Amino acid sequence: MNAPSSLQKTALFSAHEKLGARLVEFGGWTMPVQYTGIVEEHKAVRETAGVFDISHMGEFFVSGDNALAFLNGLLTNDVAKLAVGQGQYTLMLNEEGGVIDDLIIYRLHETEFFLVVNASKIEEDHAWIKKNLPAGVSFSDKSDAFSAIALQGPKALEIARKFLGASWPEPKRNEVTTASWNCQPILTARTGYTGEDGLELFFANEIAEKVFLELLEAGKPLGLKPCGLGARDTLRLEACYPLNGNDLSAQRTPLAAGLGTFVSLTKEAIFPGKEILQRQKNEGVKESLVAFRLTDKGPPPRPHYPIYCGPDLVGEVTSGAPSPTLGGGIGMAYVSSVLAKPGTVLHLEVRGARVPVEVIKKPFYKRAS
Amino acid sequence: MSNVPDQLRYAPSHEWLRVESGVGTVGITDHAQAELSDVVYVDLPKVGAQFAAGTTIAVIESVKAASDIYAPVSGEVTEINPELITRPELVNSDSYGAAWLFKLKLSKPEEVDALKDAAGYRALIGE
Repeated sequence: MNAPSSLQKTALFSAHEKLGARLVEFGGWTMPVQYTGIVEEHKAVRETAGVFDISHMGEFFVSGDNALAFLNGLLTNDVAKLAVGQGQYTLMLNEEGGVIDDLIIYRLHETEFFLVVNASKIEEDHAWIKKNLPAGVSFSDKSDAFSAIALQGPKALEIARKFLGASWPEPKRNEVTTASWNCQPILTARTGYTGEDGLELFFANEIAEKVFLELLEAGKPLGLKPCGLGARDTLRLEACYPLNGNDLSAQRTPLAAGLGTFVSLTKEAIFPGKEILQRQKNEGVKESLVAFRLTDKGPPPRPHYPIYCGPDLVGEVTSGAPSPTLGGGIGMAYVSSVLAKPGTVLHLEVRGARVPVEVIKKPFYKRAS
Repeated sequence: MSNVPDQLRYAPSHEWLRVESGVGTVGITDHAQAELSDVVYVDLPKVGAQFAAGTTIAVIESVKAASDIYAPVSGEVTEINPELITRPELVNSDSYGAAWLFKLKLSKPEEVDALKDAAGYRALIGE
């Protein structure tokens, strides 16, 4: 299938074509939505391992003596808590406390930080950082020079050990290390977006195809499969990881999204929206992002489907899909906070018909640890 | 290469039609089921409802999205396939057989002539 040429291509584009991927547009990029089938790829990640092209994501480097202070005044989580080699999930907000982007920040060295941002937000994030950048802090956007893949699943680490060799300094959960692969550096982070153990690997475009194809080859005997954005979406939804643009937006705060753990209101630094979030915390959020599932067999929820409580419209689905692991339809939606309690029964409207759904405690899926 | 049986007629929106004594049986093509992949739910029309050719008559849901199915010809629904309510995955495994969607009593039988034959449909999907 030929995709329009105005779309950006990752360095793995021809590898995807060779592997028979079905390519679609995503956030201005041509990306594989699936290779053999979403359910099969989803199951590979839950049972063995899968590898995803995530080269469309943005890679920023921020460094300098004042980098820590600057980032702590820009992001919601407390950057000072990061030891060298550690990473954390965090958010970048606008002045109203709404979400510009959610991202992972890693502390590579005492005064150097690595930020991985959403593909569709690279330009906006870049502009926001530039606008706020003080003297003495340098910012470099390496999104065009870097490729990245996510290796995820119960066999991910075993495959990585085989692929990267005995000298690889294995990162613990949320840590990042640098591997040397054929004398080329690869950043290896123990993070992911699937609910499974695994890694995200960052490296230069020049070696991208070789890394991807050789990793696939090394992982094949252990059940490794190439996976597309289709499976990435159902996997992250089961784990209740939000997708910016769907579950997060410039109009809603991380507290409404249930991401309070990643917002430090106690740190000294003042980040955009902090006061508003403090007030929202004191007064209580009016609406909350809840997880729900269909109580019976029925049509899967999809983004923008309305949600009712009796005759009243109380919310809208932000993410929804059939869950390959659980079997039925699952989703997330913003509803009035009084309806956010697990066990609450609401109704989804699908093509004019009402379908009962039950609010459940997040997440839908949690791996056995 | 997908399967395109010679004896059926095809709509450009990827439905197949088989007409026997004024009643048309409708399903989706092998090409369409492969494009959808992983069908999880099928929403079928009500028996007795009337549809004009080209209007939305059913919805097939795959993991990724909900896709509209169009009436290839005008008519009244005389029967739906109850098997698909419990086994929607049949659409992937047997799109020309067990996964027929519904039957229509044709109100404008001449519309069949406007549909493609197997060769025309193969050309449409580039095979």
